[in-house]
Amino acid sequence: MARVPLWNIAHARSGDKGDCANIGLIALRPEHYPVLVQQVTAERVKEHFRELCKGKVERFELPNLHALNFLLYEALDGGGTVSLRTDAQGKTFSAALLRMEVDV
Amino acid sequence: MIRIANAQGFWGDSLEAPLDQLRGGPIDYLTLDYLAEVTMSILQKQFSRDPQLGYARDFVQMMERGAKEIVERRVKVVANAGGVNPQTCARAVEAALARAGYAGRLKVAVVTGDNILGRLDEFTAKGVELRNIDTGAPLSMIRERVRSANAYLGAFPIAEALGKGADIVITGRCSDVALSLGSTIYEFGWKPTDWDLLAAGTVGGHVIECGAQATGGNCQVDWERIPDLANIGYPILEAEPDGRFAVTKHPNTGGRVSVAGVTEQLVYEIGDPHSYITPDVIADFTTIQLQQAGPDRVTFSNIRGRAATDFYKASISYSAGYKAVGTMTYGWPDAVKKARAADQILRTRLARLGLRFDAIHTEFVGANACHGDLLSGEPSPDLAEVTLRIGVRHSDAAAVERFTRELAPLALNGPPVVTYPSGGKPKVEEVIAYWPALVPKSEIAATVTLLDPKKKGDA
Repeated sequence: MARVPLWNIAHARSGDKGDCANIGLIALRPEHYPVLVQQVTAERVKEHFRELCKGKVERFELPNLHALNFLLYEALDGGGTVSLRTDAQGKTFSAALLRMEVDV
Repeated sequence: MIRIANAQGFWGDSLEAPLDQLRGGPIDYLTLDYLAEVTMSILQKQFSRDPQLGYARDFVQMMERGAKEIVERRVKVVANAGGVNPQTCARAVEAALARAGYAGRLKVAVVTGDNILGRLDEFTAKGVELRNIDTGAPLSMIRERVRSANAYLGAFPIAEALGKGADIVITGRCSDVALSLGSTIYEFGWKPTDWDLLAAGTVGGHVIECGAQATGGNCQVDWERIPDLANIGYPILEAEPDGRFAVTKHPNTGGRVSVAGVTEQLVYEIGDPHSYITPDVIADFTTIQLQQAGPDRVTFSNIRGRAATDFYKASISYSAGYKAVGTMTYGWPDAVKKARAADQILRTRLARLGLRFDAIHTEFVGANACHGDLLSGEPSPDLAEVTLRIGVRHSDAAAVERFTRELAPLALNGPPVVTYPSGGKPKVEEVIAYWPALVPKSEIAATVTLLDPKKKGDA
């Protein structure tokens, strides 16, 4: 058992819809998908993003793509055109999630 | 099999990609997506100042430059370049084709009916409340501040235009995937209740709608070894009548079409993957099977769909105050410490002026701007430089304007080793916000009009 950042076993892409950010998290190898399902829970993602995300976090499973999709509500300071942030559309949230550590 | 090439992921995407798609190999359709949410409010503002504007003028220039290939290779073009003024856009395209020496050679059609700005009060009077999907609030909260209002139309009006012989189809607001789905509906005779087929066309459209994000652009996996991003090929959808399709790109272009990159695009900006809702179908992303079928070629199969809803989504933009963002850059040593001190000094001065903002937000670019303090960790005191980036938002433009005068003085009266952008104080911008709502389909009639090249101004 080793503690590694998600960066080692997954990749991701993120974007926006209004004030909601989505992060698609994809296992680099199929055998890592169960690690994502078991350890990258909506609760952990909410805790991980507590500084940036003011609302709830929802999680969906796409076993066919070995992927999870997260919706982070109230996460973009009002949304793309309203936000004062550099990353007003959550484009770099993908890598922010990959900082999370998991046991493999 | 038909080949649908997308060459524009948003207004501002590569000006050369459409020409590369036309010249790089055989294609049947060229699709171009010009409309982000913010674009509609900008175009509406242009239109209200000048009724000859309000559409994507980049498209007209592209049509003139690409006219030869479009005519000679018989490529059909589908674009949402019409913005809030599709008819005028179509006339401008006809003029551009004439300038290129192809007057009267192509049939141009426009799809209208999406623009509901003039119908909002009619809707509320008859009980269509246009409540905000996210908050449930009634439109009356922002009615006086509305700047644009459009329903996202589906793909069938585009198919209808192609069925009437159109070579060029210009729409206003429609779903992003409709641009390519309309082509497959027309070519293969797909029916409005062919849910699995429509879902397949929807998934294909979703993969190519963001341009090079499907061909190795913005891809995390092995990004340093993705070949020749300078010459990246944009995506081509090879669609079959039975709903199977492949995503590929022209030979001799850069980039990479891989399962990894395509999967990143599949999960990009989706909600519940069981229910990807479009005007034409609800597509299920949880059954899709991908396969690397060859170099730069990914095939899709096993896509399921179910009946569309009775509503169109509408996007209503409204004025939501003002904002300004300014920067000051602090150099080594102790760059972050200086930038933090400057931030505190600035905030103290703003408070002393009695200025209260709806929001004030500070970032230290180079240390925490993308991921925040918690995830970025404590920055090194040896950073070569860090940029203080501070923004405010307020309903009162004068307060925001006053803020913009407080940054530059810091260069002389704040912490040392500092430089700031030439061009003076930050710009005060109007904030445009979005109000997503639902409109019953029965209230919207999409209209397809084929321009008569012999007459002017009939559309």
